[in-house]
Amino acid sequence: MTGAQLHVVKAGPMVTIQDVGRPDLMRYGVPASGPMDRLAFAAANAALGNRTGAPAIEISLGGLTLSCEGAPVGFAVAGGGFIVEHGGRKAGSWHCATLTPGETLTIRPGPWGSWCYLALPGGVTAPHWLGSAATHAVSGLGGGRILPGQVLTPETSAESIQPCAITCPLTARPRPQVHVTLGPQDRFFDAEALGLLRNGPWRMTTAWDRMGVRLDGPALQPNAPLDMPSGPVTRGAIQVAGDGVATILLADHQTTGGYPRIATVLDCDLDGLMQLRPRDRLAFSPVTPEQATTIARRAAKGAARYLAGLTPA
Amino acid sequence: MKAPILRPVAEHGLLVDYGDRFDRAIWARLIDLDARLSSETVPGFVEAVPAATSLLVRFDPMTTDHAKVGAALLVLLAVPPGEEQRHTRAHVVDVCYDGTLAPDLVEVATRCGMSTEDVVSAHLNSECHVQMYGFAPGYAYLAGLPAPLHLPRKTAAKRDVPKGSVLIAGQQCLVSTLTMPTGWWIIGRSPTAILTGDETRPFLFDVGDRVTFRRISRDDYDRCLT
Repeated sequence: MTGAQLHVVKAGPMVTIQDVGRPDLMRYGVPASGPMDRLAFAAANAALGNRTGAPAIEISLGGLTLSCEGAPVGFAVAGGGFIVEHGGRKAGSWHCATLTPGETLTIRPGPWGSWCYLALPGGVTAPHWLGSAATHAVSGLGGGRILPGQVLTPETSAESIQPCAITCPLTARPRPQVHVTLGPQDRFFDAEALGLLRNGPWRMTTAWDRMGVRLDGPALQPNAPLDMPSGPVTRGAIQVAGDGVATILLADHQTTGGYPRIATVLDCDLDGLMQLRPRDRLAFSPVTPEQATTIARRAAKGAARYLAGLTPA
Repeated sequence: MKAPILRPVAEHGLLVDYGDRFDRAIWARLIDLDARLSSETVPGFVEAVPAATSLLVRFDPMTTDHAKVGAALLVLLAVPPGEEQRHTRAHVVDVCYDGTLAPDLVEVATRCGMSTEDVVSAHLNSECHVQMYGFAPGYAYLAGLPAPLHLPRKTAAKRDVPKGSVLIAGQQCLVSTLTMPTGWWIIGRSPTAILTGDETRPFLFDVGDRVTFRRISRDDYDRCLT
């Protein structure tokens, strides 16, 4: 083995390999998984000129420390305001650089954000399941959780790259106000509960993993017995348990559930929502389906323009 | 048959919702609709997720929207289900009901007022169909357990139940694919792989398929796994 090897010295919980995910398998009980912040993930890959959706490492607030051996290796870091240290240099996320043998790379939480992405040239070599290296956290299927002692390698050997800054767009900042469509099970809630959904106050909590984040806020009491049969569930669904506690379902969500979903966060607002921190405030703005379409198309155009403008290092 | 309500789901979905009560004819209608969905019948179609009384239709919001998808779905729903019904397949799932592989069999028998052999026969005589997947990858909810075996879930979940466990609750049965907690009753273990490991056909069942069970001995079970 002559290429670069990155030895995992320390890895917090919920540090995993993610790629673009495994879409369109929900009918078999398989959520799409993939990055919590898909825009930041895409930016890290684009900065290295990787193919769209190549496997990268998703870093939680738990942080990650790697030591480089064998050969130098270029890398890109994007997502959140994390702190990136290597070879005596200290910088924020949103840049690319080269790590040389003997150096240690440490990525840890900084002033803002909850998720950060480390991309390597060509992508991180990782096991695939159903055509994707995205880690499904509950089963561990896919690329898997990053554990101390593990060795990570890049798919291609780009030994050194020009140091560069990656523009951090406004849309990659934490989004405390997200759009929702009501339902699909809003019929279980009266006007008062729907008012509480709108007015909050809501906060993120530490009960947050890749399946969902529990919210701190008013109890949303259902006004009818919860006798609905299990039905399909999507990423972004705001599910209300029998005790009135709301949870937003995330990348590794169960594909069906028997609790009513009072509203659904627009998919295009979820990346920004994920960069909030536990205890941060958030608010929901209900929109019509027509407004949702307009907002989603505008967001997609903005993201495409931003990614196209990132010049590979 | 009553018409379903089409409920918007964020920018990317419509839930075809037939209400809160399971009905075999409605479910057949949903499975028929599911089989007809494609990017030709519904431009911008991405995926469909069938369940007992509803079907989620996901679409690409860049090329279509709720109104257009809703209109296409109403056209499909106006066509009565007929000869072109999806060909459903029949599967036989092997089950060993012996000893430690069936830790709840005795209690299930007691609660149902039957002998353990009667529980096994009733399970072997059930004709199930795959109603939906959910909970975790490959967890196929098989509906159609005979009434004498209908039990509510346990009050507390048991942890680390091995994959391949044959579980029952209510009128449903499932063969677990991961080692996970469950509050369902464990009446046996199956060597039949629902996650097949075959890339061209990674899941053994499609929603709508029929499933029956075949009893195997502990020796057969052990042989299957080696």
